[in-house]
Amino acid sequence: MMMWLAAMLAAGSSALLAETVSSGLRGPTPLNEEGPAPPMLPNKNTADREVRNYPEQPPVIPHTIDNYQIDLNSNKCLSCHARARIAESQAPMISITHFMDREGQFLAFVSPRRYFCTECHVPQNAANPPVGNDFVDIDSMLSREKPGSHR
Amino acid sequence: MSSTTETGAPAPVPDKRPGLLYRAWNFLLELIDVLIRPSSIFGLGVLVLAGFVAGIIFWGGFNTALELTNTEKFCTSCHEMRDNVFDELKSTVHFTNRSGVRASCPDCHVPHNWTDKIARKMQASKEVWGHLFGSINTREKFTDHRLELAEHEWARFKANDSLECRNCHSAQSMDITKQSPRAADAHQRFLFTGEKTCIDCHKGIAHHLPDMRGVPGWQ
Repeated sequence: MMMWLAAMLAAGSSALLAETVSSGLRGPTPLNEEGPAPPMLPNKNTADREVRNYPEQPPVIPHTIDNYQIDLNSNKCLSCHARARIAESQAPMISITHFMDREGQFLAFVSPRRYFCTECHVPQNAANPPVGNDFVDIDSMLSREKPGSHR
Repeated sequence: MSSTTETGAPAPVPDKRPGLLYRAWNFLLELIDVLIRPSSIFGLGVLVLAGFVAGIIFWGGFNTALELTNTEKFCTSCHEMRDNVFDELKSTVHFTNRSGVRASCPDCHVPHNWTDKIARKMQASKEVWGHLFGSINTREKFTDHRLELAEHEWARFKANDSLECRNCHSAQSMDITKQSPRAADAHQRFLFTGEKTCIDCHKGIAHHLPDMRGVPGWQ
């Protein structure tokens, strides 16, 4: 029994070794090596809002945020997007949910759990996603229904 | 045809020139006389010439020494600068960028105009004092003083209308069509109207920010 198991293991591992592992994500680079990094793409840098794919989606950042400091000392995002700053900056104000603590109570300022913007909001570029995505938003899905049927 | 000498009185005999030796002796006497009792003209001349040469040497030496203290190498020779602010500069666009132009310490922190530069250098004697007595010689002491130090620089930039920014970035040569819409809009509304100066919005672009609570425009 033990002999047989050992033989199976040996056969299996040699088969693994012989096979070149190639996946869509890492390409033909062997597992024990690191392939060349793909070139970095420039981020989108506009002031245009982008459509959200679903209502709860954190809005994406349409501009670059290179070297924006977000730490305990300061938050560069809030110097435009804070409630008191939007008249001057004409930037959208952070949503009211950012003032709520986890019990749903409104605080005077951004809740600590919502302070670090880039945990949810990210800048955009035109990179090719390595993994496909067939997400369909709710409007497109409903429009596939037969005309006249209930929504 | 014939000269008067043949017919009339003989021509007057010219005075005999003193001998060469005599003249040389006379010249030597005069020279010795001048050298042991030089006229005031010579004294003034020597004084002016020596003053001129000494001026070149001392002024050149002073300015060379001054410019030596105006280099990135000098600034980062003390660990307060090297380990804190210079380290932070390295990740910013003023240190490395696509065109390879670097703004090093004195480009932003020392006025380029001579009188202002001397005034700043005299103020900097306090920084030498601080270095010698270790007022910010640890990371903790530095972060404790960070807001105060930053406020000095913000006040200086505010007072001279961000002159050190404008030594390179001028509003006149700024092509806002090449800027992002956000930047173009902000520069048109605040910079071109003179309502704000560079440092009002661009704080913390070359170094990390201190605790910004209470700083106008920050949260």
